[in-house]
Amino acid sequence: MSSVAAKKGLGASILEYLTTVDHKKIAHLYLGTGGFFFLLGGIEALFIRIQLMKPNNNFVSEQLFNEIMTMHGTTMIFLAAMPILFAFMNAVVPLQIGARDVAFPFLNALGFWLFFFGGLFLNLSWFLGGAPDAGWTSYASLSLRSEGHGIDFYTLGLQISGFGTLISGINFLATIINMRAPGMSFMRMPLFTWTTFVASALILLAFPPLTIGIFLLMFDRLFSSNFFDVTMGGNTIIWEHFFWIFGHPEVYILVLPAFGIFSEIIPTFSRKRLFGYSSMVFATVLIGFLGFMVWAHHMFTTGLGNVANAIFAIATMAIAVPTGIKIFNWLLTMWGGSIKITVPMLYSLGFIPSFVIGGVTGVMQAVAPLDYQLHDTYFIVAHFHYVIIGGVVFAILAATHFYWPKIFGTKLSEKLGYVTFTLFFIGFHCTFFVQHFLGLMGMPRRVATYLPGQGLELGNLISSIGALLMAVAVITLLINIIMTSIRNKKVGADPWEDGRTMEWAIASPPPYYNFKQTPLVRGLDTWWIEKMEGKKELTPAEPLGNIHMPNNSILPLFIAFGLFVAAFGAMYNPLNSVGDGKSWGVPLLIIGLAITFGSMLIRSLRDDFGYHIHKEDLLEDDKGGKVG
Amino acid sequence: MKFWRLSFLFLLLTLVLSGCGEPFLSTLKPAGEVAETQLTLLFISTSIMIFVIAVVVIIYTIVLIRFRRKKGEENKIPKQVEGSHKLEIIWTVIPILLILSLSVPTVAATFKLGDVKDMDIVDKEGNREALVVNVRANLYWWEFEYPDLGIVTSQDLIVPTDEKIYFNLKASDVKHSFWVPAAGGKMDTNTDNENKFYLVFDKEKADEAGNLFYGKCAELCGPSHAYMDFKVKAVSRDEFNQWATAMQKNKEEVQPTSDLAKQGQEVFQENNCIACHAVTANDARPETARTAPNLADFGNRTRIAGILEHNEENLKAWIQNPEKFKPGNQMYKEANLSEEELDALAEYLMGLKVQE
Repeated sequence: MSSVAAKKGLGASILEYLTTVDHKKIAHLYLGTGGFFFLLGGIEALFIRIQLMKPNNNFVSEQLFNEIMTMHGTTMIFLAAMPILFAFMNAVVPLQIGARDVAFPFLNALGFWLFFFGGLFLNLSWFLGGAPDAGWTSYASLSLRSEGHGIDFYTLGLQISGFGTLISGINFLATIINMRAPGMSFMRMPLFTWTTFVASALILLAFPPLTIGIFLLMFDRLFSSNFFDVTMGGNTIIWEHFFWIFGHPEVYILVLPAFGIFSEIIPTFSRKRLFGYSSMVFATVLIGFLGFMVWAHHMFTTGLGNVANAIFAIATMAIAVPTGIKIFNWLLTMWGGSIKITVPMLYSLGFIPSFVIGGVTGVMQAVAPLDYQLHDTYFIVAHFHYVIIGGVVFAILAATHFYWPKIFGTKLSEKLGYVTFTLFFIGFHCTFFVQHFLGLMGMPRRVATYLPGQGLELGNLISSIGALLMAVAVITLLINIIMTSIRNKKVGADPWEDGRTMEWAIASPPPYYNFKQTPLVRGLDTWWIEKMEGKKELTPAEPLGNIHMPNNSILPLFIAFGLFVAAFGAMYNPLNSVGDGKSWGVPLLIIGLAITFGSMLIRSLRDDFGYHIHKEDLLEDDKGGKVG
Repeated sequence: MKFWRLSFLFLLLTLVLSGCGEPFLSTLKPAGEVAETQLTLLFISTSIMIFVIAVVVIIYTIVLIRFRRKKGEENKIPKQVEGSHKLEIIWTVIPILLILSLSVPTVAATFKLGDVKDMDIVDKEGNREALVVNVRANLYWWEFEYPDLGIVTSQDLIVPTDEKIYFNLKASDVKHSFWVPAAGGKMDTNTDNENKFYLVFDKEKADEAGNLFYGKCAELCGPSHAYMDFKVKAVSRDEFNQWATAMQKNKEEVQPTSDLAKQGQEVFQENNCIACHAVTANDARPETARTAPNLADFGNRTRIAGILEHNEENLKAWIQNPEKFKPGNQMYKEANLSEEELDALAEYLMGLKVQE
């Protein structure tokens, strides 16, 4: 039913969140859960750096180190970065296109719960025999041999959350294609919507190879197949291909929305429209396309041959061109503008040099024969942290400040934000810059420790100190969030004063139906156009009328939960390679699948027409100032 | 502001750390033509990239100095500029040109470093001219077979300087990667296929590095991935021939001389070590049977288990409790040998020398 009640008890709130299909509440769920996993991944990073602070350290055992290292990467990419980006996509994209929700609200909720249960399943490994220990890439020969169920938690957990990601990708594609307000042609969409669109297309095409690869590994480990067993005619290199055909587009799935966020923030705080909008759109699409053409640059030392290496080297270098176009367009956006250095702008300014450093080391790695030295060393670790932290994490931190008012109705402290940024920026460079040199000096990656007398001590110590700084920075951010929530000072629709796109035209947070009347889009940067003409509201495209809203539902949670149960059944089935199969394995698998398909059947058979908000209530809302 | 202090720090760091690292381990101190080619590529690409970074930083700095919102201009709306075709073309074409120029040495070096056809050149008698080593990576040790010389050894790879050494690379259990950073890039050892590449060890650089280069496993292979080191002894051709001849002569086991060593040999046989560890270099068993490092010339090895200093104390500690040093190793977790047996074993093993 509708959720207009002004006062809610805790129980009612919890039930609301368990059953919500509202994109704004789902954004809260993604932000909170993703944020939690970000902290978990950060602790794992801290443990890595403590262990590597000095040679021959024994802070953690070698086996535990491999588990921590694997979980750090897997958690950060799948359970932190992607979900948090989904949080912002959910919170912002429907508002930016003038829609009342995404195309499939029920599926939107399902996407979240699949991520939730997948992430939960993966992390239960810590308590049930050990986490996966073959790296986030889980190469086939090693992962087949891994003792215990760690790798099974990896395959099953990622399979479940991967379904969620795929569903969400399809949802955003349908939303952006079908639900744009009148007047919003593709070339009038804000850049964050464009990057969400392209990233969603990447998700649609890149996740199936991962799904396939993981299914093959799952069947090898749990049901005695031999896809990757060389002695039985299988092949391990095919895992690398499947994984990287997914894995390379994956990093563009991460970075394109990050680029989109900066494309919103930089024009806002330069008071100037995005320079070269059509080039930016073109570059985004080109990056997405080229992202599928370069996967074997992760396999230069695998032995694919000179021709393959040469081709993939050139293709990889090509991606630098559209990325460079973007950097210059951002700089020229600021040129001639009136720059205000708020916290989101500070992160954008930190992003530009940091990401460029990461990007150029990427081009260096594209030089295949040079990569023979750099591959699997700390140089690579330095590169990808520069682009992921300098690009994605900075974007997430920027968006957290920038969109906090729109999502929660309050504004994070700017002063504390400056502190967080400064500590984090210094800590980040301190940790990762020196790692370029550690790699060049001969330090391989994924090593649980290193011997003394190789010249690696000082670099590792510096790197670890930076990690401590970043940890302190994150703590200040948490303090900021807590203090802001306690103070609970409400802000208006356009708290940054220079909002250009439609989300800044409605209340913070928006009413649960977003727009009373679907807005009319008169051009790019729709809200800016209205503001420059002195208008206080968006131009409506329709008269006030009844609004059709979807009902809440508990079924998405059950569909995901069923898969969670089934995963345990699959893992402990009598055929598994660990050899601890139980008789209840297959029955549990069937029960879990029954819960999932049963819930889906209920959804299909029961007609759910949603409900309507009546025109009269909308007019009352106006007078009473109620928020959803 | 803080950006300048940071960039000065980086510059300092770059100067301090460049050309840095140990001559036996660092890619920045190339000890042969393969590593030199790769370092040249590093310099070319870094230079191009520094140029790109400089352009970005200059524009960035000007922007930050000139266009910050000034006091009294709180309500000024700047001119909204759509874009510039000219600029778009410039910053598309110039990067393309830079990349094209980087592509040329890239492709050239790819084919040059991947050219192993000379591996199969034979002389009039049908003998292979080049030196070929079959590398087999295992958990957590390295086997080196010289097929044309009939020698099997492990952990210490002995090669002559100033000539191309060709490698056939494979793994017996999981994927590993064979890497001698000072000499050149790595090549994965797969279980599926055999990879081939070559390295060259320069005589002068080898002398500078004490004739001992560090080798690393460069692909996560398990808990002891970080301990899967090997060493490369790069010596003159003459010295190499001397070693090879001595190894070839080592067809039957050299009988231990002292009583303690004889006792050690008994311990070695009683505990079935001989089932896995050959002690002569002409191990004719098939690969699948060679499940442990060959111990011929063990007395002259540079390390114990690839990582420990080569002395009796470490040897005894390793034999008694290998799991402590290399968790997950495939020998056994713990032995239960008496102090006396350990002394004898150590004496025997240290005495396995093909030459002094």
